[in-house]
Amino acid sequence: MKALRFGRAAAVISVAALALTACGSDNATNEPAAEGPASSAAGTAVSGTLTGIGASSQNSAMEAWKAGFEAANQGAMVQYSPDGSGAGRKAFVSGGAQFAGSDAFLKDEEMAQSVEVCGPDGALNVPAYISPIAIAFNLGDVTELNLDAPTIAKIFKKEISTWNDPAIAAQNEGVELPDTPITVVHRSDESGTTENFVDYLAAAAPEDWTYEVGGAWPAELQSENAKGTSGVVQTVTSTDGAITYADASAVGDLGTAKVKVGEEYAEISSDAAAKAVEVATPVEGRAELDMSLQLERDTTESGTYPVVLVSYHVYCTTYDSQETVDLVKAFGSYVVSEDGQTEAAGSAGNAPLSESLREKALLAIDSIKVAS
Amino acid sequence: MTGPAPGQVTAPEIDRLEGKDVSTNSLKASTDRGRAGDKIFSGISLAAGVLILAVLFSVAVFLLVQAAPTFVADPAEVTGGNGFTAYILPIVIGTVVAATIALLIATPVGIAVALFISHYAPRRFSRAFGYVIDLLAAIPSVIYGAWGYIVLAPQLAKVYTWLAENLGWIPFFTGPASQTGKTMLTAGIVLAVMVIPIITSLSREIFLQTPNLHEEAALAMGATRWEMVRMAVLPFARPGIISATMLGLGRALGETMAVALVLSPGALVASLVKSGNQTIAAEIALNFPEAFGLRLNELIAAGLVLFVITLIVNMIARFIITRHQEFSGAN
Amino acid sequence: MAANQTLQRRQSHLTRGHLPSYAVWVVLAASVVLGAALATLIGFSVVGWAVITAIVFVITATIVTAVAEGERKAKDRLVTFLVYGAFLIALLPLVSVLWTVLERGVPGLNYNFLFTSMNGVTGAVDNQALENGTPVLGGAYHAVVGTLQITLWATLISVPIGLLTAVYLVEYGAGRGLTKAITFFVDVMTGIPSIVAGLFAAALFSLLFGPGTRTGFVAAVALSVLMIPVVVRSTEEMLKIVPNELREASYALGVRKWRTITKVVIPTAISGIASGVTLSIARVIGETAPILVTAGFASSINMNVFSGWMSTLPTFIYYQILTPTSPTSPDPSTQRAWAAALLLILMVMLLNLVARFVARMFAPKTSR
Repeated sequence: MKALRFGRAAAVISVAALALTACGSDNATNEPAAEGPASSAAGTAVSGTLTGIGASSQNSAMEAWKAGFEAANQGAMVQYSPDGSGAGRKAFVSGGAQFAGSDAFLKDEEMAQSVEVCGPDGALNVPAYISPIAIAFNLGDVTELNLDAPTIAKIFKKEISTWNDPAIAAQNEGVELPDTPITVVHRSDESGTTENFVDYLAAAAPEDWTYEVGGAWPAELQSENAKGTSGVVQTVTSTDGAITYADASAVGDLGTAKVKVGEEYAEISSDAAAKAVEVATPVEGRAELDMSLQLERDTTESGTYPVVLVSYHVYCTTYDSQETVDLVKAFGSYVVSEDGQTEAAGSAGNAPLSESLREKALLAIDSIKVAS
Repeated sequence: MTGPAPGQVTAPEIDRLEGKDVSTNSLKASTDRGRAGDKIFSGISLAAGVLILAVLFSVAVFLLVQAAPTFVADPAEVTGGNGFTAYILPIVIGTVVAATIALLIATPVGIAVALFISHYAPRRFSRAFGYVIDLLAAIPSVIYGAWGYIVLAPQLAKVYTWLAENLGWIPFFTGPASQTGKTMLTAGIVLAVMVIPIITSLSREIFLQTPNLHEEAALAMGATRWEMVRMAVLPFARPGIISATMLGLGRALGETMAVALVLSPGALVASLVKSGNQTIAAEIALNFPEAFGLRLNELIAAGLVLFVITLIVNMIARFIITRHQEFSGAN
Repeated sequence: MAANQTLQRRQSHLTRGHLPSYAVWVVLAASVVLGAALATLIGFSVVGWAVITAIVFVITATIVTAVAEGERKAKDRLVTFLVYGAFLIALLPLVSVLWTVLERGVPGLNYNFLFTSMNGVTGAVDNQALENGTPVLGGAYHAVVGTLQITLWATLISVPIGLLTAVYLVEYGAGRGLTKAITFFVDVMTGIPSIVAGLFAAALFSLLFGPGTRTGFVAAVALSVLMIPVVVRSTEEMLKIVPNELREASYALGVRKWRTITKVVIPTAISGIASGVTLSIARVIGETAPILVTAGFASSINMNVFSGWMSTLPTFIYYQILTPTSPTSPDPSTQRAWAAALLLILMVMLLNLVARFVARMFAPKTSR
């Protein structure tokens, strides 16, 4: 009897669950299914599921790439889990993902490991996402400041502790600086943004910034901190006199610093960021087509903004089946194509790759082939 | 129904109870089935228990294997540069402090709320109240974290400033207080809010099961309501309360997302109103996504340490429980 | 007249040493005034006022009772105040959290949100919605499906194992070494950090089915590791307090042990067991970290727990808050996150109701 009653209850619940699961829709944007941006970079449509794991910085751009790519290739699906660069690279070299998104190119030891899943030529690093890192502050009416690298370093190591410090005032004549104390806010989680920012400080202000460069904020410089880009921006927005570093697209109404490059102060912009990446030199000891880039943070070339994050897509040079190769190539070339880069910039507010980089990247992706 | 109707104890049944073979009886078939049922049922119960041990064992093996490289690594290569012990000790203390704050707040409040629902609130509302408290357990930790740093922390920041100014001579409240309110005390309070429903929910069920006769006997002796609770309800419920607290402690020790969002972590400091301190679970969550190589092993080793802490805490709790005679209807 | 007087006298005799019922309210009013005065002295604030009033009231009322009614009554009253006070304190954060979620979640909770996925929703779509003032597109349907599926499977794994283990512990294994070991290690298991459970499940399935195996089922296994100890612990406590008289009565009727357990012991404890199971589901349904490493992250609908990636509501909330779909204008993402939080709470409420309903259906009639 009771078993029967239990069965009935279970039946009711499962029917309700089924009813609920039967009426959802994957068509969130109300677009007719067949119509999509005619932006397929690869001529013929491909099919299959492509799996990527990696940096959360490119997540928003990835959503755009996914949408654009899947619209152009009806049979194809891309799934990307923004677990983090480290997790992505780890999954990639152990064969858990077909490509990785990473805020840094593979280290030499990881390149060596990748041979196991990618064949003798190992992995291929292709820059896909460029985002300028803004030095953002909350200082009432002041929305723009000129700062050189040593000053930025001193602010972030708390040697300069108020906003009307002579070092800041000297570079900003005519700006009325309050005597508000400076609250430094940094990321509490390890991140590519932190790594690129401290890398910039270490290269451009080597005398003031003597700490180890890594994804974690130097432990000896403990300060207020928060998780994720949205966390630091939120904290700075609600704290008067706070300063942080964050992806330029996310800083909203906060003031941003112009960074001294050569003799001028460079304003943060997509073009300047893209240019900074363009003048970067390839990392030594890598294959000819590999695009691992060594950014020149201390560049004096005008029109560049050197505080920039480059996020890579890491592919294998060879894959097991022709189908996968087609899929990877179609996706990879869509991402670095003009369409793909514009699409991402429209969604994520990042900087598109410059034309010369784009061509190089297309060439690199074109070299992916079936394992022999 | 294959069993006998209530009140009818047949001769074969009595025989069976005495373990006699009643082969000539017509009920033999059902008796055999009953015996087999007993064996099967106790067998699968045992299997379930053993399975749990097996799972726990494999979790332990997994942790040990993954953590092993940390212990043999060159101390200079471990984060902080002074070996694993120097790295882990501050966050162990941080974890224990956070869980202690949470339990200090949650245990009395949780038990009192359970008492309120079971013995104090008007009968009409008590069910509704219990329901409302249960809801707290259902809110995901991400939400607690977001609430903690958007709503609670800015409010507490003012309190902390006051504490630091007026009670700064107590080491816990040394200033200057954090301007964002994202401190250890806030994390402890958020954890307490998350633990209260766990303690309340279990304690309430146990309070409600107190034998009515005990309660009525106490009241008939002229006991006040509190005396009745103290003499009849609490002794009956003590092991259950300890169990509930242990469950709550498990949650407080292992909570990840809420702490990661609420706390502004840093080096170990005694003051609870300054930013700083860190817990193991939050350390893992914050650093895991970007971890690679030895760092990954370190974080898993940190997980192992947390595991060991829980083990020790539970041993202590067991010790306390066994000192009080356990009250069980099944004994 | 005379009879009336006698009655009056007798009443007053009986109520001697009792405070009139309005006394408490008088003390409360006095405390409010005194609290306001004291709060003004140290810098007025509503919170300070409330705190001081509460302290003054509890102390005064206790002393008044102690003087008029004696020490025992005073203690009783003090505890009553404390219990009521604790309830109010516990209610404060609840109201605050619920208010926050309602305030921010209601605007985003609409048909579109409930029944579409995030497939094809990009930052550009969000930017456009903000610019044109059109409703925010994209929803949490895929996450709802994922949450239901994964939680259902986790429950299907955990409840039988947990329930049977508790039965073994209480009914079969009392006093044995194995029982002690299981009880102890179940307690230890409650201390497994949720991310470790996720990593363990991921490693286990990588080992069995090749690297990178991420499905809803892996997540369900990870959640089971977290869920089982809660089920065992709460069920064990509930089985323990089933009176032995019931078992003995059942045995005396010649009922087999396993039938006694399934027909007498478990039904008696079912209300508590259901409550414990609900609690354990509530505990895991909101888990984020283990899902992230086991189920991947999907933005389209996947009905199959055994293949393909899945999202759940907590991971949906997590990513919408931490990596907004459009970094330049995170408001639509924030709105979706809070709406999803509200949805999750509503789901658990519903689950609670169902559990209570089931429990009441099974529970034997008792005096309570």
